[in-house]
Order: sequence, then structure tokens, then C-alpha cells
Amino acid sequence: MKTLLTAALAAASLLFASPSFSQTPPNVLIVGQIAEPKSLDPAADTAVNDFRILVNLYDGLVRYKDGTLEVEPSLATSWTISDDGKVYTFKLREGVTFHDGTPFNAEAVKFNFDRMLKEDHPYHDTGPFPLAFFFSTVSEVKVIDDMTVEFDLSAPYAPFLSNLAYPTGLLISPEAVKEYGKDVGRHPSGTGAFKFVEWASNEKVVVEKNPDYWDGAPPLEAVVYRPITDANTRVAEMLAGGLDVMVEVPPDNLAQFRDDASFKVYEQAGPHLWFLILNTKDGPFANKEIRQAANYAINKQALVENVLQGTADVAAGPTPPAFAWAHDDSLEPYPYDPEKAKAMLKEAGYDGSEVTFYVTDGGSGMLNPTAMGTAIQADLEAVGMKVKIETYEWNTFLGKVNPGLEGKADMAEMAWMTNDPDTLPFLALRSEAFPDKGGFNSGYYSNPKVDELLEKARQSTDQAERAKLYKEMQQIVHDDAPWVFVANWKQNAVTSAAVENFKLQPSFFLMLQKVSKP
Amino acid sequence: MGAYIAKRLLAAIPVIFGLSIIVFVIMAMIPGDPALAILGSFATPENVEKLNRDLGLDKPMVQQYFIWLGNMFHGDFGRSYTLNRPVIDEVLERFSATLILAGPALLLCSIFGLLAGIVSAVRQYGWADKVITFIVLIGISTPSFWLGLLLILVFAVKIKLFPPSGMWAIYGGGDLPDLLAHLTLPALTLAVVATGVIARLTRTSMLEVLRQDYIRTARAKGISERRVIYKHAFKAALVSVVPVIGIQAGFVLGGAVYIETVFQWPGIGSMLVKAISTRDILLVQGGVLVVATAYVLFNLIVDVVQTILDPRLR
Repeated sequence: MKTLLTAALAAASLLFASPSFSQTPPNVLIVGQIAEPKSLDPAADTAVNDFRILVNLYDGLVRYKDGTLEVEPSLATSWTISDDGKVYTFKLREGVTFHDGTPFNAEAVKFNFDRMLKEDHPYHDTGPFPLAFFFSTVSEVKVIDDMTVEFDLSAPYAPFLSNLAYPTGLLISPEAVKEYGKDVGRHPSGTGAFKFVEWASNEKVVVEKNPDYWDGAPPLEAVVYRPITDANTRVAEMLAGGLDVMVEVPPDNLAQFRDDASFKVYEQAGPHLWFLILNTKDGPFANKEIRQAANYAINKQALVENVLQGTADVAAGPTPPAFAWAHDDSLEPYPYDPEKAKAMLKEAGYDGSEVTFYVTDGGSGMLNPTAMGTAIQADLEAVGMKVKIETYEWNTFLGKVNPGLEGKADMAEMAWMTNDPDTLPFLALRSEAFPDKGGFNSGYYSNPKVDELLEKARQSTDQAERAKLYKEMQQIVHDDAPWVFVANWKQNAVTSAAVENFKLQPSFFLMLQKVSKP
Repeated sequence: MGAYIAKRLLAAIPVIFGLSIIVFVIMAMIPGDPALAILGSFATPENVEKLNRDLGLDKPMVQQYFIWLGNMFHGDFGRSYTLNRPVIDEVLERFSATLILAGPALLLCSIFGLLAGIVSAVRQYGWADKVITFIVLIGISTPSFWLGLLLILVFAVKIKLFPPSGMWAIYGGGDLPDLLAHLTLPALTLAVVATGVIARLTRTSMLEVLRQDYIRTARAKGISERRVIYKHAFKAALVSVVPVIGIQAGFVLGGAVYIETVFQWPGIGSMLVKAISTRDILLVQGGVLVVATAYVLFNLIVDVVQTILDPRLR
């Protein structure tokens, strides 16, 4: 049988092996994605994986400045904000057309937001639009003239501009929505550097150069996005030359690519935080000293170096350093000090009662949650805290954690990736964000000062003032320790050596406008 | 025969119907809901409720089931909320990809399995038998996903003979040689385990037949050994091997889940796994329905073939 197999293999290879699978033309970039996109309609998408395509097909009114999380003009050339922070007026870029040839103007902007936000809009049924709440403070979008559009907000809302830079704020051609209805996600038409060509289900999404792009035509002729869900297979494709770019490289394989001159490895810290929610309402963690002791007891350096193999940095507080303008650089991570932790536990009168720890087996941004959970359990047990792990599949896990930990568990793993320093603390650290009020404060942390700072920061339109408020908030939260701050994930990617001008962004979006592959 | 087939097909209807209820109940019972899967960290109770309303998932389970059933009788399988496209398009596309993979795999494992089994039985305890038994044992005990990765590593990464994954070349291709190049490694992987099972069964079955009196009579009459083995013994042995091939067909479809994931083959197995983890109930229903129908048809074909082979069953 063995000889037969060998013979069959040899025959098959002679007959069928075509060189087409390893050769791609110059300036055509093949990108290995982690999954099939759900849709290419920016209003309908929620996954970073889909955003990687969207940001090259579409533009928003504003975008993140290269290498930062600060907004700069895109399809809006300038804007003014009223003194009360409730009226935003945008001047639009002249002479821009959607890929389908229809003009970009104030009507198009209004159409996009009305479609998402107004339930009586004739095209609201082309949704659902899961992230529409990003713009829930928008009460009215007004067309002032053909090239001026005004957003009226129901309350001052500082993250509004960064939400506009988020993919949910990317603008689609109204004519395309009218023509394709619910299927517009498979017939996208934007204003971006690349035009949509083809979507072969479960195989590839192809986009091509938009020679008339208002910000300069991209060097690449085309980009092909391939969904390859299995990480090992993605690595094999990269090694075999079937991909030019691969995202989310497993930590195990990074070294292999680093040592090989035919590849380039990229890393970029992003607005991500991996943390443990501590139940501040009942159980041992209701005591601040015990929460701080947990922060001292866990060896975060070992976690990021050994479990995450260097794909993350140790986190110091609730705000990731990627939000450079809002991050308090003076904040130091809790050092690893098991002796101090033991002393603090004793001081606080910890009675040795067992703590229940919710762990998950996967999920977006959760990195390697099972191994992390076990390592954390070991660190806590080393200082005399008995930890019982309960592991749940991601969806089940969210269903258990989001309604709050009271009466069920003492701590839970969690990770968030956000686009504004406001988002995570506002949704997960305020008294008004307790689970029964629709927030994510599953550990019931409550500090009136933090509430006040976050409310104020949200209402201010002055970045310097917001930064000051966020920094003060970080100091307090760091000391109150409602969470164990563990890690900030670094996004990674590998390209073949031929790929030039490739860059990862702190936003985790994969901008390909300047990339070339001569 | 026609009446028999019609009766069997009719009997399949309650089976498939019952299955759809079971799947629906299981999907309703597992924790987590689609809105949670879609919204992830943003799943506030308020957002979840709104999205569930938009998706039509706020109605009671029983009502949802009957809505689904009613639509299905009109040929409307619904729309997948994770893929944002009609379920029927996705399911048919995926299922044909699985058939393209499983068909040749089944053919390969039947041919190699039968051949190996016959040789093994005829040369019982000879070196050929020992070598084949050894290889077959390794084949049966090898986890298919591991074998798949190994084949990728050797034949796609080291010797660039075959593409590592996918069904079609990204550039150029799209013709039969392109498909075959992509098919070779996954089909081989898929065939290995089933080959082992069929080989072992054919061997046992052949050995049993070869000891029968009529074989001795045939040999005594001076009929050539080749004719004895293939005409007299093999045909009789086939009767007990065919149902096993039928079972292996089911196995090949099921095993395709791993293989499809490893080789990024756009088949129905990998689709179902993803649909379940994202709680995409309509997609799960559509997929299970198609797979179940295929199983029923396979079993029917096996039974018919067996009836043809064995006159005693008629």
C-alpha cells in the first residue's frame, strides 16, 4: 500500500502541480485573515477582522493620524464644535465620489447616520447595526449646504470624534444601499483607496487600486484577503509563500519568522487591556487591601513573558499606553512582591476562604485565557489564597460575567479593546455602570470621585483638560484596585521581505494605502 | 425495488423532522445567545435586547421553530445573521465543497482498503500481510488533523509540491488541475483512517470466505487462483464489507470537520462548527438538515447495493 500511495502521490504531483499557487504578481498583496468577513457594510460590522478590509475600502469624516489614536481630517476637511459641546459642524471635502460614481456630499453623510439611527428610515431594515450606540447621543444630522453637515448631540460627548474615526463611522454610498438593500454588505461602495472587485465566499475578497483616490492612488494594484481560520495553517501558508501578509501570528511561531531573512515581523501595542475583574461587593475582594494584595501577588512579568511569550506588555492601570495623550506615564505597575502580598492578606484579616475564578477558553482579545488563568491561580495560591477555577466557553462566559459577579464568583478574566480612553472606564468603572443599569461594571466598583472625573471628561471638548481628568482617574483606580491590571496586547503581523512601507497602527486597523510590493 | 426505495424515503421524513426539533431544542438550551456573540464586550442588556428584536429572536422558542418550519416549506431557509446571506446559498455551496472532498476520499479509501484487505487475506501471515497490517494500524491510530498538518509541512512547505490550503488558487487557476492540486492532500488525509478500517474488515471477511467449502471445491475443480479469489471469494466477502463502506462514508463526512479546518477547505463541517459557536441557529438548522438527508440517502444506497450483491436479501 505504501508504494501505491507513493506512486499515486508522485503521479498526482506530476499531473496537477501547477506553479499558480505560490506565485503572485508584483504589487498584488495577499493578506491572511483569521476568518471570513461577516459583511463589508461598515454599519453592520463589529469584528476587527472585518475592519481590516473596511478601512481600505471606505473613509470616514475623520480618521486616526498615522501611528496615533488622535483624529485628523479625512472626508471632512475641518470642523467646529459649539461651546456647549453639543453641535459639531463639518466642512466636507470637495470633488470626492463614491466608487459607484455618485458624489460624496452632505446628503450622503446624513443618509448614512439616519439609516443607522432612525428606526423609521426607509433603509433601517438593511441592518441590524449592532454598534449604532456609538452614535446614540446624535439627535439630528442636518444638511446645512451641499458641503456642510451638522450633528446635533443630545448631550456633550467627548468621544464623538474618535467614534467617527471608528469603522462604524465609515461612509457607504447611499445609492449602493438603495440598489442592493440587505445585500449591500456584499456589494460595498465607498470612497477609499481601494475599490471592491469580488467576494468569493470562504475563499477570498479582492479589492483593486482606486486610481482617483483623493489622498493619492495607492502603489498596490490589488489586495486579496484570504480567510484562514486555523493558525497553524495560516503559518504554513505564509511559509509556503502563499501569503504576503499574515496577521495574528501565534506567539510560538514568531521566533521562527524573526530568524528568517525572507520575512519581516511587526509589533504594535494597541488600546487593549487584559485584566481581572474583582468582586468588590461580596467575598474577600470587598476589602481594598486584599485587592491590592492580589495585584502584588500575581507575577505579571512572568505572564507576559512565559504564557504570552512577549506578545504583550505589563499593564499599569486601566488606560492602555496606546492612548498616549490620556495615559499617565508616571503610573507604575504593581510590582511582583509575594511577601508583601502575604503580609497584606494577614493584615487585612483574610480568613483563607476559597475564591471562585471565572476563566474562559477563548474570545476576542482574551489571548491565552486558560493558561493565564492557571498561572494566576498558582500565584495566588502561593500567597495562601485558595482559588477554584470555573471555565466556560466564551459566549456562556459573557452570559455569566456581564450580569455581575455577585453571589457567583470573586474574580473573572476580561479583555477590552477600545478606540477612546473614555469607553472602558465609562462603561466598566462607574457606579452608574452597574450591570443592572446596563453597564459592564461586573465587580460593582464605586468611587464618587471617579464617577465625577469620568462625567466631566466626557463633557469636555478640550483634549488637554480631558487628559488631566483621565490621569487623575487612573491614579485613583490604580490605588483602589477594583481590577488586577495584567497586560496590554501587542498586535503582530508578518510580511514577506518584498513588502515595503508596511506599518501596524495602534488602532489595530490594517491600513494598506502606502504599502507596496515591487 | 422501486416501492422499497419509496418506502425508505418516506420513512426518512420523520427522522429528519425529529432531528430538526432536537437541534432546535439543543441550540435553545445551550447558554449564550447570538446577540451576545455578535456584540461581544459591547453586550449591554439594552443592546442585546435591541439586537435580538432586530434579529427576530425575541419571540418564544416554540414560535420561532414554527416560523422556521413554515418558511422552510416555502423553500426559505432564512438568513444567517453571522454571514449576512441566505442560509440556503451558504449551505449548498459548502455542502458541494464537502462532497468534492469526501467523494474522492471515499473512492480512495475503498480502493486501497479493499486491495490491502484482499492481499492481506490471501497472504495471511506472510510478510505482505504483516507489512500491511502494520501500516493499517498506524493509519487507524493517527489523528487526522495531525496527519494533515504533517502533510502540509512536508508537501507544501518543505517540498513545494501542493498548495497548503484552500480549494482554488488565489491567482490564476480555477480549472480542474488547480482543484486536483488543492484536493490531493486533504483527500489523502481524510482517506487514511477509513482505508485502515476497510482493509481490516475486508481481510477478516475474506479469510472467513476463503475457508468455505465452495472455495475448496472451486480450487479442486482447477479454477485459477486469481479467479477463485476475485470471482468467488471477493464477491461474497463484499456483502459484509459494503455496509462498512457505507458507515465509512458517514465517517468521512464527519471526519471532514477537522480536515476542513486544517486545510481551510470551505466545506460544511467547518461551517457548522463556526455556526454553533456563534449560535447562528438558522445556519445550524440548514446545515444539519442537509447533512442528515445525505446520511439517510447514503444508508439507502448501501442497502440497495447490498440487496443487489446478496440474492438472499431480496
